[in-house]
Amino acid sequence: MPLSLRESLGEISDPRNLDATVEEICRMMLGVDCRRDGGQLEEEEERVTAVVGFGGLLSGACVFRSGGSAARELAAHMTGMEFSEVDDTVKDAVGEICNMLAGSWKGKVPELAANCGLSVPAVITGRNYNLRVQAPEFRLLHVYAFEGMKFEVTILCDGLQ
Amino acid sequence: MSEIQTLIVDDSSVMRKIVERALRQAGLDSMRVYEAGNGVEGLEILRTTSINLILSDINMPSMDGLEFLRQIKDQDLARGVPVVMITTESSEEHVKQAIAAGARGYIRKPFTPEQVKERVLPLLKAA
Repeated sequence: MPLSLRESLGEISDPRNLDATVEEICRMMLGVDCRRDGGQLEEEEERVTAVVGFGGLLSGACVFRSGGSAARELAAHMTGMEFSEVDDTVKDAVGEICNMLAGSWKGKVPELAANCGLSVPAVITGRNYNLRVQAPEFRLLHVYAFEGMKFEVTILCDGLQ
Repeated sequence: MSEIQTLIVDDSSVMRKIVERALRQAGLDSMRVYEAGNGVEGLEILRTTSINLILSDINMPSMDGLEFLRQIKDQDLARGVPVVMITTESSEEHVKQAIAAGARGYIRKPFTPEQVKERVLPLLKAA
């Protein structure tokens, strides 16, 4: 009988897994406390978005999104450096944060960890762009707050075998 | 410990610096570090430099960490040198593949400097 993740859908889409993943990465790699926040990202001209794709029995993506100032602050915590602009090091740091989010999130469910691969991160910067996915199987979209700033993490699943 | 030459292979320059910092905090403060952005670059360094310790990511462009391990073995580039994988891939299958390909240790991202110390220093002492 072919392996299927459908029976684990409830566990895979459990929003607590995403919260635990984000809090763990912020604490261990950035040394910051972050908490899930009910609000939305602040309006900011510059946006930073990192995407890591999922492939295998689950297809979709992990998407990190923040304003430029939150991205610079997260990169500063990660590297111990200060940043006045969203340069290549900030983009690299945000891409790596997204990579760890994707890997740790799928690692919460053993069947998913073993049967779902990750792409290398892609990072997009700019303003006035939207990300749209048609009819996903499920979507988790959480906003988190740290030190007065916010970022957003989305898990998009557009195919589940 | 002195005169340790370490190769860190990761496509993220930020992560290479974080791994280096964790190793220095673990007591390898006088080590010399060589950096590579993927397995191809890592092999080039191994062909020309005597390395005592290798830490490698798995998911990388051009040549991933598992293929890098296989090439090290096939080309006999680092006999007896401990290789530790540092990666977001945490399934048992990935660990088994890495060990089968020659890795002696496995660290899951995110990690703490203490975890790096616990897994790396015993391997260096045994090497």
